[in-house]
Amino acid sequence: MEKLFHLWVYLETTPLLGLAATLLVYRGAVEVARLARWHALANPILIAIVVLACLLLATHTPYSAYFQGAQYVHFLLGPATVALALPMYANLARIRRSARAIVPAILAGSIVAAASAMVLSRLLGAPREIVLSLAPKSVTTPIAMGVAEQIGGNPSLAAIFVLITGLVATLLIGPAMTVLRVTDWRAQGLAAGTAGHGIATARMLLISETAGAFGGLAIGLNGVVTAIVVPLLAGLLAGP
Amino acid sequence: MLNALTLLITCQFIGEIVARGIGIPVPGPVVGLLLLLGGLILRNQMGRGGPSEALKSTANGLLANLGLLFVPAGVGVVTQLGVLGRNWLPIAVSILISTFLGLIVTGWVMQRFAGPEGGER
Repeated sequence: MEKLFHLWVYLETTPLLGLAATLLVYRGAVEVARLARWHALANPILIAIVVLACLLLATHTPYSAYFQGAQYVHFLLGPATVALALPMYANLARIRRSARAIVPAILAGSIVAAASAMVLSRLLGAPREIVLSLAPKSVTTPIAMGVAEQIGGNPSLAAIFVLITGLVATLLIGPAMTVLRVTDWRAQGLAAGTAGHGIATARMLLISETAGAFGGLAIGLNGVVTAIVVPLLAGLLAGP
Repeated sequence: MLNALTLLITCQFIGEIVARGIGIPVPGPVVGLLLLLGGLILRNQMGRGGPSEALKSTANGLLANLGLLFVPAGVGVVTQLGVLGRNWLPIAVSILISTFLGLIVTGWVMQRFAGPEGGER
């Protein structure tokens, strides 16, 4: 028992535990999602977060101790964002062909999603910090966290809202496209990437390669649009 | 792999310096993305072909496991349980409605203006 205690004390001070736990739990969550035949509710990201959060709470481990190890995974979000340039480059010809539609579609979707989130949460009495953290929720995590920090929101809250938004978009995209009779794969992919970033796009990739390509494009373009537009909207809509 | 990772990190690094240097409200990695995209286009126009296989496979490796990279920040939920509990209603309602609106506006505008699809899937 004494030995076990010393082992635990050692593990708690090394980044290895948080890193190994993140990788192992995510690996297990992917297996669960595969067994559930990639059902929209069995999202591996959600499963991994719930399991790890419960582990931290059960063992009274502070998040900062966990993040010591998990930061090595988290850091890769930066280079992964830069890497989005490659799918964009690969689809450059198609993007040029439908640029007339892509630019207004992403601009409109981006502004509507951010503005409605801010106005609704403010009307329902959310404090300013939450309103500002909700504003960039439609874009990929590193961009959303950066934007939230810039406009006075909370980056950790923004990361959580981004995640919930992605999962909600995954569940809503089917009904939403049916209601408006949007059958074009390019439009469905663009909608998934604009409103639900990488999480909804990963889902669309399972259904249609075209939708996946346009989703990837929308993640990058909407990231840029949001980073420019949301700070302006926040000034107008977030209130005092 | 080494060259590719060096290129990606360097783009992010320069992006960070540029964003902070000029004080534009765009995150560094996004500036890095635009730099890399611009670089790839330039390289192609100079007749040196598309991105290298190594860059493609490193980027694919990162993007194929994008889900994993969201996990550490998401686990941060444990530090925010109090705020989330007190404000769950405005959060839930605004995320549900704004996400639905974002989806239908983007999808509808794109389908309306994109013209006929080339039958690709």
